[in-house]
Amino acid sequence: MTDQIPAIELRGISKAFGPVQANKDISIRVMPGTIHGIIGENGAGKSTLMSILYGFYKADAGEIFIAGRKVSIPDSQAAIAAGIGMVFQHFKLVENFTVLENVVLGAEDGALLRPSLAKARKQLKQLSDEYELSVEPDALIEEIGVGMQQRVEILKALYRRADILILDEPTGVLTPAEADHLFRILENLKREGKTIILITHKLREIMEITDTVSVMRRGEMTATVKTADTSPPELAELMVGRKVLLQVEKSPAKLGAPVLQVQNLSVVDGKKVQRVKGISFDIRAGEILGIAGVAGNGQSELLEVLGGYRKGTGTILLNGTPLDLTGAKSDGQTRRAMGIAHVPEDRQSEGLIMEFTAWENVAFGHHNDAKYQKNALFMNNAAIRADTADKMARFDVRPPNPLLTAKNFSGGNQQKIVVAREIESNPDLLLIGQPTRGVDIGAIEFIHKQIVALRDQGKAILLVSVELDEIMTLSDRIAVMFDGQIMGERLPAQTNARELGLLMAGIKGEAA
Amino acid sequence: MEKMPRWADVILIPLISLALAAILSAIVIAAIGESPREALRIMIDGAMGSKYAWGYTLYYATNFIFTGLAAALAFHAKLFNIGGDGQATLGGLGVALVCLYIPWPHWSLAILGAIAGSALLGAAWALIPAYLQAKRGSHIVITTMMFNFIAAALLNYLLVSVLKPIGVMEPATGSFPDPTHLPNFYAMLAPFGIEFSRGAPANVSFLVAIAACVGVWALIWRTRLGYQLRAFGQSEDGAKYAGINPTKIIIITMTLSGALAGMMALNNVMGEAERLVLNATEGAGFIGIAVALMGRSHPFGIFLAAILFGALYQGGAILSQDTAVPVQLILVIQALVILFTGALDNMVRMPLERIFLALRRAPKPVPTPVKAGE
Repeated sequence: MTDQIPAIELRGISKAFGPVQANKDISIRVMPGTIHGIIGENGAGKSTLMSILYGFYKADAGEIFIAGRKVSIPDSQAAIAAGIGMVFQHFKLVENFTVLENVVLGAEDGALLRPSLAKARKQLKQLSDEYELSVEPDALIEEIGVGMQQRVEILKALYRRADILILDEPTGVLTPAEADHLFRILENLKREGKTIILITHKLREIMEITDTVSVMRRGEMTATVKTADTSPPELAELMVGRKVLLQVEKSPAKLGAPVLQVQNLSVVDGKKVQRVKGISFDIRAGEILGIAGVAGNGQSELLEVLGGYRKGTGTILLNGTPLDLTGAKSDGQTRRAMGIAHVPEDRQSEGLIMEFTAWENVAFGHHNDAKYQKNALFMNNAAIRADTADKMARFDVRPPNPLLTAKNFSGGNQQKIVVAREIESNPDLLLIGQPTRGVDIGAIEFIHKQIVALRDQGKAILLVSVELDEIMTLSDRIAVMFDGQIMGERLPAQTNARELGLLMAGIKGEAA
Repeated sequence: MEKMPRWADVILIPLISLALAAILSAIVIAAIGESPREALRIMIDGAMGSKYAWGYTLYYATNFIFTGLAAALAFHAKLFNIGGDGQATLGGLGVALVCLYIPWPHWSLAILGAIAGSALLGAAWALIPAYLQAKRGSHIVITTMMFNFIAAALLNYLLVSVLKPIGVMEPATGSFPDPTHLPNFYAMLAPFGIEFSRGAPANVSFLVAIAACVGVWALIWRTRLGYQLRAFGQSEDGAKYAGINPTKIIIITMTLSGALAGMMALNNVMGEAERLVLNATEGAGFIGIAVALMGRSHPFGIFLAAILFGALYQGGAILSQDTAVPVQLILVIQALVILFTGALDNMVRMPLERIFLALRRAPKPVPTPVKAGE
């Protein structure tokens, strides 16, 4: 294989954004007909590298070779002409166009649309049969599921005769079953001689599907190895630069009295769509209840109702006391006073004020706390800064500078600030949504430990995550949400990813 | 990592903007056949060349400090209060009522009454758009702007039909009684042996304006209310998460903003005219928006920007008086300054940011923890 010409080769690619070196002297060779994984933490420079390859950014230095020929890629048109197709994490489809129209969009043959569409329909049929890429050509994008939308993106690339397909975090929005389907498609494409580059931060996917894998850390390519010759712990170490625990150590839960009792809770959103449909569950002291599910099945609304910024109907008891779900006491300040802390799903728009300094963010939501006031008129900013410095030390926030603006911390350190603030308010119930989204592996390990430690202090924890691995490792009990309902509860020891995946897709067939 | 040092943001950008406005103004002046150099000299001399000139510059600056603070406070909560002019008009009404209908023994008590009266009516005038925004979602830019017209019409009606003394032709109130007359700089500085110009209108309300700067600074950066309104301004979703009530913040912020705008009347109505006339604000409410933009919504910046605009007003007036430069062109120059310092901020900012980034990269390519990789 070594004497073959690589389908794509990068030599010495460098790219800086201001003082930040996002890519530093990166070289890779990807052989035709293989699946090559690129793995790295958030901000390691994976997306920058792919953006250079697709003509969104211009590299400061370096060369790109496609099938042995040196090419320059000033824009995405040139990338398409060179045979590169890209499937973005966030799809770029026109919602109110049909599948067929989306595939043709930008690749029409002439001024008239009809001949292009007819030709595309024929080709689409052919491609669909060949690669198990089943789509309905005449369905509107807004009416089809995420899995099929992704297949449309792949078809778009193939229709433009891409030989090299780049997929950026393709499984982020998929159920496990849909992800399996995607991997089968990728295998088919590979068999037909296509070259695939898969960007991900999930070790499991790398091990499952790739032939070779490159690891990026801080803008550099730290290693390129054959997947068969490596292991998840080794890859994790290469990504982070030190040994990491992939599994949290956790003693059996010591359950106490019920802290949170939710009975028949329903939520209707602003568009009059019912998001949560009469769900009931309990969480006991010293217990982590994990809510699994694909994003958008009512989990966010559940957290928002509990956190006090969305109205709902039904009954919620905290330590036996009913919460006000609609009236004047249904606000976040009251909830905090009652002992509910909340690490929201979206730290950038909710959990933090990105333009505020770290110390101002530590007071966020707790700005009425007596310990942060100087007198009736003024806040005690010095006390908040001191408290922030302590929290930063305890939660290993880097850099430990309370005066730094939140947006200047990395994702992991931003999340640590939020987690520190909420955990240290000593709540009876912690709501925590997507605790490790966009967080590097080192910080994931730390945050998981903190969650388990809080549980061991006898607190109740409601964990919402779309990462099934995270749910399986942390939870003492798992509830799966689909379409606003709880499809079932399972104990982690008595279930598996396959069963949960079916529940997440709304299939109750194998109910135990 | 900040894109450029703070001094560049706060000092360099306004200076460059100002220079660009000056260059363009110079071209315009040269185009009508006057000497830009001479025009500049006359403007500077007219605005700062004498105690008399300073007396006028600071008088205008006092107006702009109040309206600038009003706009800035609302900016911090991402509310665009375009209604400073209307609120200042109503503030004038408040001052007039307090001065005409309450028998004050001394100006020091009268000014307290006038502060209350002007703030109250200015606040009330801002409260209605605030309520409509918070509860009904009517856009505050539209409503506050419309309320400027309503304020002008209301004042017109009141002056013509209600407040005008019998037998007077002019639509204005009668003169305020003597005990309500505020000491001007001449009277204030005389005890210190300084002889200030007798005829200049700058008066004791300048000190109230400075106190308002300090007060607004403390409010924004030292109190819970200021914290909440800044948080609300930065992220409405975040504010909801934190349990900050948006309705309450919108209403309180706009009320305070209206009160500040209303207090401008202490200067122009009570301090200078000593009676209420039509169009007493002379557009100061709008200049306040430019002052707040140029002052980066910081009270100290607003103080400096207000003095600059005060000088521009006074210098412009002298220029049209002493040269053939027409009055309309003075407006053009003022508009250019507003355009460059306010609206075209990014035109200067973005190239400057790139220069600073390039400068920083050149000496030492720091291997910082990578963050911009997404």
